[in-house]
Amino acid sequence: MMQRFMPLIIFGLLVVLLAVGLTMDPRLVPSPLIGKPAPAFELPLLNGEGVFNSEELKGKITLLNVWASWCYACRQEHEVVKQLARSGMNIVGFNYKDKKQDAQQWLAQLGNPYQVVVADEDGRAAIDWGVYGAPETFLIDKDGIIRHKVIGPVSDQKNFDDLMAVVKEISGDNL
Amino acid sequence: MKILLALALLAFNFSACAAPMDAFEFDTKAQEKIFNKLNNELRCLVCQNQAIAESNAGLAKDLRAEIHSMLLAGKTEEQIKEFMVDRYGDYVLYDPPFKPMTWLLWIGPMAIFLMGLFYARRFIFQQKSSEAPGELSDEESARLRELQSELKLTDRDDAGKTDNTKKENRS
Repeated sequence: MMQRFMPLIIFGLLVVLLAVGLTMDPRLVPSPLIGKPAPAFELPLLNGEGVFNSEELKGKITLLNVWASWCYACRQEHEVVKQLARSGMNIVGFNYKDKKQDAQQWLAQLGNPYQVVVADEDGRAAIDWGVYGAPETFLIDKDGIIRHKVIGPVSDQKNFDDLMAVVKEISGDNL
Repeated sequence: MKILLALALLAFNFSACAAPMDAFEFDTKAQEKIFNKLNNELRCLVCQNQAIAESNAGLAKDLRAEIHSMLLAGKTEEQIKEFMVDRYGDYVLYDPPFKPMTWLLWIGPMAIFLMGLFYARRFIFQQKSSEAPGELSDEESARLRELQSELKLTDRDDAGKTDNTKKENRS
């Protein structure tokens, strides 16, 4: 009896396997950087003179928000980024492959929730962070370790919940 | 005529030269070879079905430039691959490595194929064994005879019918 239904069972398993595959988003590539120290960079500030060194990320929980003025989804998530900033989150803006003027204008228009904004004009530092699009948001803990990465807008409910879950987890033991 | 043909070939040649998007210069032929090889083995994460060699996405351009400068700095093919995997994960490789995470990927299709083969084989053998003549019980032989005689009757009926139709056709 069992044998008779074996092909059907195998077929069923295949259907499940393929169905799960179909519901996954191939654009989400898990970052190998989770659990590793934030890659070092020293980048010029978008507004004003001076540079920002990634060493300065240490000390408190920080979000590194990769954005660009050419990025539509960044505009979508911006309100939520501002909300996060208002709630006391330390957020560093990472302006990715953008023109300085466009980026400055974008912030002037939509508001600037960032403690500091660094400009990676040629995208070289972004390679070290495994950035492959914007927006992307990294959660860095007090010790400068990357704990989570959001690919796509944080305004997306699932992205937001996932991020907050990790924020809660890591702020619980060392806020 | 020959000149025309030569010109046509030349024109074709020029367009072929114009195809690659950005020209990189190398110190050695070996470097260029590795460069081309890597560009075709690394996946562009923006346009995921393209290697970074064929993608015009900004990131692919950046990565090509990165590979180029790493080669000039004396980095080996393995080092560059490691550099990419450290940043983008195994996904960046068109040929994913064989490790526990990817066992299903590597072995799965083969396993499914072998399973199919196994069932196909068994199915065929079952069919064959059921065709093999076995001993019939008395009851079965009686039923067989009955069926055979019925079959002969219908055969005759059919023959008669076809004869009739033939006649009708002729008339």
